Amino acid sequence: MAKKIKAGCARPTGGPVGESVESAPKEETTVATKKEVGSMIKVGRKAPDFEAPAYFEGDFVSVKLSDYLGKWVVLCFYPGDFTFV
Amino acid sequence: MSVDSVFVHKMWVDHELSKMVKGGIPFPMLSDAGGKVGAVYGIYDEDAGVETRGRFIIDPDGVVQGFEVLTPPVGRNVNESIRQIQAFQVVRDSEGTEATPSGWRPGKKTLKPGPDLVGNVWKEWKTEMAFD
Repeated sequence: MAKKIKAGCARPTGGPVGESVESAPKEETTVATKKEVGSMIKVGRKAPDFEAPAYFEGDFVSVKLSDYLGKWVVLCFYPGDFTFV
Repeated sequence: MSVDSVFVHKMWVDHELSKMVKGGIPFPMLSDAGGKVGAVYGIYDEDAGVETRGRFIIDPDGVVQGFEVLTPPVGRNVNESIRQIQAFQVVRDSEGTEATPSGWRPGKKTLKPGPDLVGNVWKEWKTEMAFD
């Protein structure tokens, strides 16, 4: 399900995959960016797909949300490592 | 998922979480550098540069069935998340013919929405059932 990634010197990054919800080209002003960020996703709608590096059972892996189709998924965000969850 | 790198995730597991959870964390700890994914989900606090406590329940079709978002100082109730997943699973297994009223837990009565139930919920469900 999750494919291994090499631990290089740069920290691995990921991000949303597929079409963005707002397909219009991004404006460069801060105000426009904040406006886009402010939109909340809706229940009953598809969860936006993404791919992200992860630490899992001793390995660095790459996880894609859509690889979990067919299973129930709980996606939890938290403010930072070494805080409580 | 947090904005921390996978390297910091590993350190957190090695130095702290492994002392709380035997055998380590049984699910992938995701890294969201810059909060790009959190922004799409609407829970990234761009002023603080961190994700807030967003929790999303996603069904086997990839559809968001529920979410909860808390500011950082207050932790979540894991039992409530599990209860919600159990309720969504009951509804899904019934192909939408059953619904779980307020206070439902596994083993408690579900409701069967339809013309006969309209105006008759009071016969099937009592307010104290919301609280236990």
